[in-house]
Formats: sequence, C-alpha cells, structure tokens
Amino acid sequence: MSNAATDRPAIPAIPAIRCRGLVKRYADVTAVDGLDLEVLPGECFGLLGPNGAGKTTTIEILEGLAEPDAGEVEVLGLRWKGSERELRERLGISLQETQLSEKLTVGETVRLFGSFYAQARDPEAVLAELSLTEKKDARVGKLSGGQKQRLAVACALVGNPDILFLDEPTTGLDPQSRRELWDQIARFRATGGTLLLTTHYMDEAEKLCDRIAIVDKGKVIALGTPRDLISRLPSAYVVEIDTEPDWSAERWRAIPGVQEARRFGEVWSLAVSSLTEAVPELLATVEREGAKLLHLSTHRATLEDLFVALTGRALRDE
Amino acid sequence: MSERSSWSRRLASLAELTVCRAKEFVREPEAVFWVFLFPVLLAVALGLAFREKAPDKIPVGVIADGGSGAKNPAAEAALAALERSPQLAVRAYAEKAGREALRTGRISLLVVPGSSTKPPRVILDETRPDARTARLEAEDALQRAAGRTDPLSVGTEKLTEPGARYIDFLIPGLLGLNLMGTGIWSLAFSIAVARQRRVLKRLIATPMRKADYLLSQILGRMIFLIPEVVILVGFGWIAFGVAVHGSILLLLAASLLGAMSFCGLGLLTASRVGTMEGASGLANLILLPMWLLSGTFFSSERFPDAVQPVVNALPLTALNQALRAIINEGHGLVEVWPQLAIVTVWGIVSFLVALRIFKWK
Repeated sequence: MSNAATDRPAIPAIPAIRCRGLVKRYADVTAVDGLDLEVLPGECFGLLGPNGAGKTTTIEILEGLAEPDAGEVEVLGLRWKGSERELRERLGISLQETQLSEKLTVGETVRLFGSFYAQARDPEAVLAELSLTEKKDARVGKLSGGQKQRLAVACALVGNPDILFLDEPTTGLDPQSRRELWDQIARFRATGGTLLLTTHYMDEAEKLCDRIAIVDKGKVIALGTPRDLISRLPSAYVVEIDTEPDWSAERWRAIPGVQEARRFGEVWSLAVSSLTEAVPELLATVEREGAKLLHLSTHRATLEDLFVALTGRALRDE
Repeated sequence: MSERSSWSRRLASLAELTVCRAKEFVREPEAVFWVFLFPVLLAVALGLAFREKAPDKIPVGVIADGGSGAKNPAAEAALAALERSPQLAVRAYAEKAGREALRTGRISLLVVPGSSTKPPRVILDETRPDARTARLEAEDALQRAAGRTDPLSVGTEKLTEPGARYIDFLIPGLLGLNLMGTGIWSLAFSIAVARQRRVLKRLIATPMRKADYLLSQILGRMIFLIPEVVILVGFGWIAFGVAVHGSILLLLAASLLGAMSFCGLGLLTASRVGTMEGASGLANLILLPMWLLSGTFFSSERFPDAVQPVVNALPLTALNQALRAIINEGHGLVEVWPQLAIVTVWGIVSFLVALRIFKWK
C-alpha cells in the first residue's frame, strides 16, 4: 500500500486515451457517431455537450463498460480485450450519479473499494483528502448530494489510479460543493494524474480542463483549449436584450455592430465584437423607435456561446 | 506482484466483500425479523393451535328423583358407579330436565337407574358416536359395580411420545422452509438492488473478481446459518420438547447443504432481474409452489400419486424429508443421502446456470 499519491511511475509519452471512429447505436438512436479523441498523459480533458450528446456513452466505452459497435479504443497503450485486469488496476472511475450501498458507512465503502486494488492507498488518507474524515462512520444513505459525490471520487481515487474518469461529477451540486470538488480534482492533477471528465457546465470545463472536445449528436464538433475555442468566435461579446414591442431578428441584425441575433426564451442574444460600439447604437435605436427597454445585460463570449454559434441551440436544456 | 500476495489480497478482498454483505443484512431490521423471528412465531402459533389435549370426558346424566322426588338409593349407587369411570362426566337430573338435556345435546346419554323389579336402562341417540361410546362405558361401569369380574385385563399404551406429534413434524419443515426463504430472498433482493442502483456496474469497474462478488453473497448469507438453525431447533426443543434424535453434525451439514443449494436458486432468481419488484415476483414464483407442495405444514404424501415424482424432486421436499429423518427418526447419512443428493444437484445446476446468464451491466 503506498500512502502518497505522488510516487506514480513516469508515464511514457503515448496517449493516455485514444479512440478512433467510435460508433454506438441503440435501438432507435445513434448515441456515438464516429468519434475520435486523444488524451495526453497528465492532461485534464473535458467532454462538453448537452444532455444526450453521447458523452456518457463515449466515456463508458473508454472505461470498458460498454462495447462500441465500431471503432478502436486504447487506454494507456492497451486494448480492453486481453488487458482488462491490468487496466482496471490503473483506472479510477466515477459513474454518472453513482449510487453506493446505503447500508454501509463511508469508511467501510472506501475500505471495500481499496481492497480490490494492488496499489491501493490508505483509505484514511483518501477520506482526509476529500474532507470526509468526520463522516467516516456515517451511513452512505444519510449523506448529502455533495458528500455522496465526494465519496464516489474517493472510491475512484483509493486505487491510486493513473487515469481518473469522472462522468458529470458536479451535476446537481450546490456551488460550494462544486468548488470543493474542483479543488480535489486539481490536487489529483498536481500529482501528475490524467483526467477525463464529462460536463454540461461550460464554466466547469473552462476552469478545469486543459483541452475540451465539444460533443453534439455523437460527434466532436470543436476541439482545443478553452481560450483557443472562444477565440474562434467572430464576436467576443454577447448582449442580452429584451424590448416591448418585440423585434424581429432582421431588425436586430440591421443595427450596426450586431453580427448575429438569436432568441432564447424572452430574451434576444446578440453577438457583437465591441461593446463600446454596439451598446450605444442599440440604446439609440430603441429610443428612436419609441420602444421600451425591458432587459439589458452583457458578458464576454463563453463556450456556451460557441456551442450556440456552432449548433444554433443552447447547451443547457431549459 | 508475487503469486502468494496476489492470493492473499484476493482473500482479503473476499473477506471485505463478505463482511460488507453481512453488515448490510443485519442493518436491515425487516430481514432479521423474517430470518430469525418469523419461523419461531410460526412455530409458536401452529404449536399452540395443534397441541394435543386430553380427550374431553363424555357428559352423561342420571335420573335421580325416581319420579317421586324422594332420594333414591338405586340412583345414588348408579351415580357412584359411573363416577368411577375416567371417561364420563356424570350429573344427576330430574327426569324431565334429564330428557331435555339429552335432546339438546348437553349430555350424550341418560341413565335410568334400575329398581328391585326393573334392570337399569339407558336412553341415547344411536346416530351419535359419542353416545355409543358413552353407552359402552356406562354399561361397563354399571356391570362392574354390580359385581362383574373381568377374566382378562387389557393394558393400554398411549401414543403421545415425542417424535409423533404435529409439532415434531412441523419444526424440521419450518427449518427447511426458512433455509429456502432466506437463501432466495436475501440473495435475490441484495443483487437486484445492487443492479437497480448500478452498484454492480460500479463494482465491475474495479479489479474486483466477479466470482468473488457472487461468493461473498453466499458466504454473507452463511454467516447467519448457525444462529438460524440453533434458534429454531433450540426453541422447538425448549418450548415443545422436540428432540434431535439424529446426529447434530449431520443436521448442520444438511442445513448447510440446503442453504447453499437455495443460494444457488437465489442467484438464479437474481441473475437478470433489474428491479426489486421483478426480483420479488420471480422469487414468489419459485417459492410458492414449494410452500404448498413440499410438505412443510402437512405431509406431501397427501398429494395424488401421479404428482408424487414431481413433488419429491423439489429441493424443499427433499430437504424437509432429510431434516425430518435426521431430527425425528434419528436416521444417518446412509438413509438420507438420496435426499441430500437431490438438494445438491439443484444447487449446482442453478449456480452454473446463474453464472452463465448473470447480467452485470
């Protein structure tokens, strides 16, 4: 049993995870439709996309829990067929909404998972790292959502993995619990571990990931660092505006400085390259036409806006 | 990693899994009730309902007023003679009241004492069996009182010895029933819940061996076998005097074999169901026929000959027969091995099929 997570052997310079042409069909949908990925050792890689984009199916294929209908997968240079035992020893996995046995305590659960691994870490140390020490004797069924999610990560970390897979690790958590989990993920990265996570929170992807693949309808539609991806947007800012009476898209687009106009619910989302040029122009037009301004806000373009620009749809389902 | 340390790690992980399974079980109060208390309560209820009682005395009346209201020495003598019989409960009546009691069934027989001129008479409804018994008994008592001596005395042996009562029949059956119920319910539920909550999927994402998981489910159940047997058999012995006439060791071995076999059926039940409801439906489908057919509450020999081969091939029938043979008859392995073989075959076959069709994801 090795106590510190730092004495991991140097990882050779082959991709930690690589897949080509992954396809997975279910009865009536193609969940993954020819997906390629390459995750480098020591990298934090994010699969970002809306619910139903095929993220979970993809990560479960990479984790060896689902069989692809077509395509190749290599993890740590090994194929699942024939190397399953070896790979299982080196991967830590947290499934989407993992549910562990409610009748066991936190301490018993982590000990149990530790007992499966050859290079297991001291369960106590893992519990301390995830701030679960004082919950050690609590039943799993009595934990809050954030504590359950931390326990799921503890179970993934106790085997001292080289690669950590986290599927929607912060879905449904309050902001405080999310930030705590981000800190713990950062600590794993600091020891040189490789991380693959899926999320539909763009702020999470921006904050945690070195590189991001934006996934939609089972395909990667954009790939790069968060900064890189955002810089691909023609317009750096977004103005959200609502008026009475309501205007058409053509009317918004006709205003100088507005490059694109899309409506989400009540509010129009306008892509602009310069706030200082576009905002005075917008206000002047509203005033001139005698319309009433109901809402106005602006923000820097994000991955969310990139997704909108690429697909015409919002990332988060309303 | 060396061979030895890999084996010791596997053992450690199997022990961890087993202990966790056992803890899950004892932390489920309902499960503890069904396994340990329910069979005892059933034994109490049925043991009390069917306990053997001394047969009731037959009520008979004697007409004491002789029609005149005066005390009648012949009636006194008849009363004394009849009271000597242990089978009869005797009361004196005025003639009218006596006939009324006979007609309404409060007494089974009315005796009219004799006089110097007339021999005694009995009045009865001959279609009533207790009336005929009362007549024989009353006549016997009166004859003896009149001075008859019996040339022959016939001894009586009462059949109430332990081993032949209903409770003696019941306790081994309840043990068999409990071994079946616990094995099937505890495994089917635990695995169905783990699959429904995707704990199974999470577990197979670790290096855990699948066989170890299944084994731990069986071992986790076996931890409770000894207390289960001891509580029920011990209770039967203390409360009802149901003795184990055969070898205790053979009884435990047969229980172990039965429990393992039903764990196999439990695994089979749980091998594909995805929900607790599904598991419970399937478990009932397997359990119910055996509840009815396998001779737990009454002898399975009461079913028609045509279905006997089927009934006898059921694992619970075989286990119940073996347990009764050991507990009640004091039989040994030589006598019970065919039943134990049936139990074993069921266990092995269901275990192998379960392994084949088990759904992990």
